[in-house]
Amino acid sequence: MAAVKSTMAGTVFTVNVAVGEEVSVGQVVLVLESMKMEIPIEADIAGKVSAINVQVGDFVNEEDTLLTIES
Amino acid sequence: MGVTNYNEKLDKKLSNIFAGGHSKYHEKLKEQKKLFVRDRLKLLFDEGEYTEDGRFANCEAEDLPADGVVTAMGKVNGQTVCVMANDSTVKAGSWGARTVEKIIRIQEIAEKQRVPMLYLVDSAGARITDQLDMFPNRRGAGRIFHNQVKLSGLIPQICLLFGPSAAGGAYIPAFCDIVIMVEGNASMYLGSPRMAEKVIGEKVTLEEMGGARMHCSVSGCGDVLAESEEQAIIEARRYLSYFPANYTEKPQITETLPAKAGRSLEAIIPENQNAPFDMYEAIDGLIDEGSFFEIKKLFASEVITGLARIEGQSVGIIANQPKVKGGVLFVDSADKMTKFINLCDAFSIPLLFLADVPGFMIGTKVERAGIIRHGAKLIMAMSSATVPKISVIVRKAYGAGLYAMAGPAFEPDVCIALPTAQIAVMGPEAAVNAVYSNKIEAIEDPKERIAFVQEKHREYKEEIDIYKLASELIIDEIVKPSDLRKVLADRIRLYSTKEVPLPPRKHPVYPV
Repeated sequence: MAAVKSTMAGTVFTVNVAVGEEVSVGQVVLVLESMKMEIPIEADIAGKVSAINVQVGDFVNEEDTLLTIES
Repeated sequence: MGVTNYNEKLDKKLSNIFAGGHSKYHEKLKEQKKLFVRDRLKLLFDEGEYTEDGRFANCEAEDLPADGVVTAMGKVNGQTVCVMANDSTVKAGSWGARTVEKIIRIQEIAEKQRVPMLYLVDSAGARITDQLDMFPNRRGAGRIFHNQVKLSGLIPQICLLFGPSAAGGAYIPAFCDIVIMVEGNASMYLGSPRMAEKVIGEKVTLEEMGGARMHCSVSGCGDVLAESEEQAIIEARRYLSYFPANYTEKPQITETLPAKAGRSLEAIIPENQNAPFDMYEAIDGLIDEGSFFEIKKLFASEVITGLARIEGQSVGIIANQPKVKGGVLFVDSADKMTKFINLCDAFSIPLLFLADVPGFMIGTKVERAGIIRHGAKLIMAMSSATVPKISVIVRKAYGAGLYAMAGPAFEPDVCIALPTAQIAVMGPEAAVNAVYSNKIEAIEDPKERIAFVQEKHREYKEEIDIYKLASELIIDEIVKPSDLRKVLADRIRLYSTKEVPLPPRKHPVYPV
């Protein structure tokens, strides 16, 4: 199980996956908006999305867990 | 005793010295996929040849060949260099009195000859049993670091870390221009995991606390992560090829290689200002193919720093990476850029800034980490650099990001914009929001509100139109992306005679 964490402070712009979905390494699972830029967040392991902790519009800080992947 | 016997004695001594430590320690090296110190030197030097000093250090003691360090001169890419290389088969590469004296002497030779100094480190640190002879005095271990400071900026100093670099010894890499670490074997730490457990109660592995990958990606103490010793040595040789022998000389110009074939800059840069793209692809289109030597690739990757060649000329590239953290500047990005700017400026390597930067990060976390003083440190380094500075606004440079990327106020030799460039205190959305937020909220009809915002965006974009900035002489040149490589090559050639007298003062008070 691996937590996908926020790389920087910002708001959740899009959530690109759903719970139960299979993802591959490097797939963009979520996009943050910060400093007026779109910040893609990639999965660093392959597996199934087991939990999503955030919704579009939520503020997240650096290192916050955004979602969890089970390999 | 006849002459033959004298020679036999010498041969015996020499063969002991060349063999290094006990065979069981050689076995251990093999297990760890490490090379014997003399094999490392053979790989490092042209034709494997070197001239050694202090070879007989501690030869009266049977088990301390060369006193655990080889100090030598030889050639790398035809350029003479000085080297000190620990022998971890001799008391784990620890430092005794003669080890330290040999290291100090080879540094003194490098200073006199004005040639690069390489440190091949694989050492457990001080030989505690010899501490009074090697630690505190005028020519004790502290002198090694004092010499490194004196040599900094005078000659290139390179560290190859093959094994541990413990306690005080960890300052050898810290004072070098670049640290190449071998994954799995190299480590740096002030206190070992064993000491950490005893003194502060922390249980941690060596790899977690001071391993190569950690230092190259988290602490920023390492610059290049190598897969093997052989690769580390190849990287060191390659690194040196961008540098002159010392600060009074200029880097060599090599033959021109074409840029890598790939997508044009026009195709790489997305129309949406806020969408990410990969700056590596843009760099590939500008430099001679295969010439990129990246420094701190795994650390603060929102900014890219690396040496390259454009039409054979050495250049130091600093480029924002919009693909990572939007290319926003953080505390670590400032550290990474500052060290790289200082490195290039010391050795006459022109600086090329490729800007696509939304600015410095804001928010509680970075303010508490002192982003203002880190930004000041970076801006001071960039501002004081007197090598040719070429600033290219690739897509946008907002706020202090423009300053950090050698914007017009910091005397770049030229500030070039691509037609896609935007220069402003902030982007259109943020600016319109900042100026008109009360007015926008007061408009009740949603359609009217959107129309108002769009009109203000349009006005703002006109205000920061790149031709307007060129007309005001804020930027010097607007260049088609497809012409940029040629323009850069010509400009670097034109500025090769640049000389700026240093201001009459001791030194600035550096923000840190």
